[in-house]
Amino acid sequence: MEGMNVFAARLFPKDNRFVSGHRACQGCAEVLAVRLIHQILGRNTMVASATGCMEIISSSYPDTAWSIPWIHVAFENAAAVASGIEAGLQILMKKGRMPKRKINVVGMAGDGGTADIGIQALSGALERGHDMIYICYDNEAYMNTGVQRSSSTPYGASTTTSPAGKISIGQQTWKKNVTMIAAAHNIPYVATASPSYPFDLAEKVRKAAKVKGPAYLHVYSACPTGWRLDPKLAITIGRLAVQTGAFPLYEIENGKLKISVKTPKLRPLQDYTKPQGRFRHLDDATIAEIEKRLFEEYQKLERREGLIF
Amino acid sequence: MATQSAKPKWTELAVGTAITVPGSARQNRTGDWRSSRPIWNHEECIRCGVCVIFCPEGCIHFDQDQPGYPSADLEYCKGCGICAHECPTACITTQEEEE
Amino acid sequence: MEQRLGLEASIAIAEVVCRCDVDIVAAYPITPQTHVVEHLSELVADGELDAAFVPVESEHSAMSVCCGTAAVGARTFTSTAAQGLALMHEILFIASALRLPIVMAVANRSLSGPISIWNDHSDVMTERDVGWVQIFAENAQEAADLTIWSFRLAEDRRVSLPVMVNFDGFILTHTIEPMLMPDKEMVQAFLPPWEPLLKLDVDEPISMGPVGIPDIYTETKQVQQHLLTQAYGPIVETLNEFAQHFKRTYKPIETYRSDDAEVLLCTMGALSETAMEVVDRRRKQGQKVGLVRIRLWRPFPFEDLYRAVGNVPVLGVMDRAISFGGPVGPVASEIKAAFYHREQRPKIVEFIAGLGGRDVPLSDFGRMFDSLYTTGETGKIPAPTIIGLRE
Repeated sequence: MEGMNVFAARLFPKDNRFVSGHRACQGCAEVLAVRLIHQILGRNTMVASATGCMEIISSSYPDTAWSIPWIHVAFENAAAVASGIEAGLQILMKKGRMPKRKINVVGMAGDGGTADIGIQALSGALERGHDMIYICYDNEAYMNTGVQRSSSTPYGASTTTSPAGKISIGQQTWKKNVTMIAAAHNIPYVATASPSYPFDLAEKVRKAAKVKGPAYLHVYSACPTGWRLDPKLAITIGRLAVQTGAFPLYEIENGKLKISVKTPKLRPLQDYTKPQGRFRHLDDATIAEIEKRLFEEYQKLERREGLIF
Repeated sequence: MATQSAKPKWTELAVGTAITVPGSARQNRTGDWRSSRPIWNHEECIRCGVCVIFCPEGCIHFDQDQPGYPSADLEYCKGCGICAHECPTACITTQEEEE
Repeated sequence: MEQRLGLEASIAIAEVVCRCDVDIVAAYPITPQTHVVEHLSELVADGELDAAFVPVESEHSAMSVCCGTAAVGARTFTSTAAQGLALMHEILFIASALRLPIVMAVANRSLSGPISIWNDHSDVMTERDVGWVQIFAENAQEAADLTIWSFRLAEDRRVSLPVMVNFDGFILTHTIEPMLMPDKEMVQAFLPPWEPLLKLDVDEPISMGPVGIPDIYTETKQVQQHLLTQAYGPIVETLNEFAQHFKRTYKPIETYRSDDAEVLLCTMGALSETAMEVVDRRRKQGQKVGLVRIRLWRPFPFEDLYRAVGNVPVLGVMDRAISFGGPVGPVASEIKAAFYHREQRPKIVEFIAGLGGRDVPLSDFGRMFDSLYTTGETGKIPAPTIIGLRE
């Protein structure tokens, strides 16, 4: 246990809106993030979910893991559906057709539904300024369809459509920075978060719910199945992701960037890649190349810290 | 609210195929996926709740019978081992399930 | 109260949507639908329509936003055409499966490629099977009237399905016509507030749009088939109520001078008005020709069609789209299928006309009627003909 006051764990809200009995894989940290986030958001929340792991494992008729209003329409449109829910609620409250109350409207999708097929709907919803929270649960590939690469898959990872082979190191592009794309919409709140840091996650969810206008959360979601990782390491790997710079935690509040978990000296990337089958083929030179890039990216964050942009 | 059938006649489907029973997934006993179960050593357990937080199933609760100590609801525990791995006092061990 | 005005069908639709007190308009601009959404934005901007105009970044998002707004119980309208309708395609199926009573005006336009902004029915014919009620207007009055009626039908608790009002691009969207515009009181007396069958509500949480495993999916499709077929009853009933309220009568299948006809031509949409003119001229010349005009396209009004066609020996069908490599005319293929098992069935002659805004002058309709007479005399059914094709 690092980075967490162990005695504070009991203080985490108990209002569970996502029940046991869901069909997520053993050790799924994405479903953990979903549960924790909705423990914070509570009952006055409506969710528009994209097609993907979380939709499939939570909603096979007649079983739903949700005990808040939830809708799934399609893959690429969670942000649009959520924006519709928000616009609908606002106008109905304005016209006195329903009681005025604070309802958190959430759009949720995986990295494929966010960084790839859903990015247009996301950009539109953020630009229009709906008072909603969009959450990208990033497990760094299309896990639901069998671990195909997405634009959020990290460099060097082997997936079923970016396989490592005799002449390939696996994924040959660098992870798309959707968080910064969201930030470029000048929305009031943008953050990266991880269920491995539940209190940081909780705080960010509270802020996202509180701001007026769109908030974007990019949540690290370890996938033991797709990453070929021992399920029991799903939380530990999230800490290593932060400590190695593979997934830094930061927030951008009204344009001001703050690194949430400061890591003055990044850990060797090997600590992060070794437990994961998707990186096992990488040679030292490639790891060094990735390490250099992550270091530069982390330095960029440090330079931006405190600046308004 | 009445339960919804898993094999309804077409005339029995809910409007728009919506699920009208919140949290009805509780009827999936995912515990039978498990190959090992967590066991808490109460002498070592400091009742911090880290295992409660990190359980992906949300199936670890503070026990009513054993005041303040956590336990896993074996109806749902899939045996991922996260609780044992994350426990700050290493008070949780995993025990293989017998066939 | 109604006021006599000269309006484009586009403006007429926007004005009645305003009188229907919609809560949400979510739309993306596309020719020839633009005047509808421009005018609606103006009405919202001037405070005449108390609604949110959601200026989405695509038609796909327009229909997705509509799903979200209708799911919380907000009365929702959108409009599109051609490529926009095609981009919505995926979500149209889901809107009907979710039982969301969205109303959409489709300013019918041809599909690319080549890109063409002009009128035909290739856009809507591609969307026959999306599970929506689909109806066609022939002029501005009908476009406005059927839009009002669409909300009433869509929100009918026996139906609760989305409705598509088709009106021809440019021919109607951009042409000013005289019409009667009902006032808000009159419209609202016909259209009560919507009480949704199901909605997202924090006090009564439901999950909408779950996974349909093989044990479920078949049953969900039967529900849709049943609902849309059974919607016929409420359709006729609400059209009758519309007639009582507004004194304008609409029927699933309209006819024109068909009772004693020797040949009949089946049309859809605004070109029916040109066809009527030709019918009048031919009748003056002593030829007993008539029209069958399909107004309700989904659910398909089989019995009305049989009644309208009666025992006529030759029936022409004018299609405004082509089903490539298939049965050629999509409407003709459905009508042929409708008659296949009938003891008494006409010879059916297929015409394709007015593709991509190609003018269909009176003389072209004349050629179609001539062909129907030839078929009657020779007994030979010609191959499907593209009217006005340069060869």
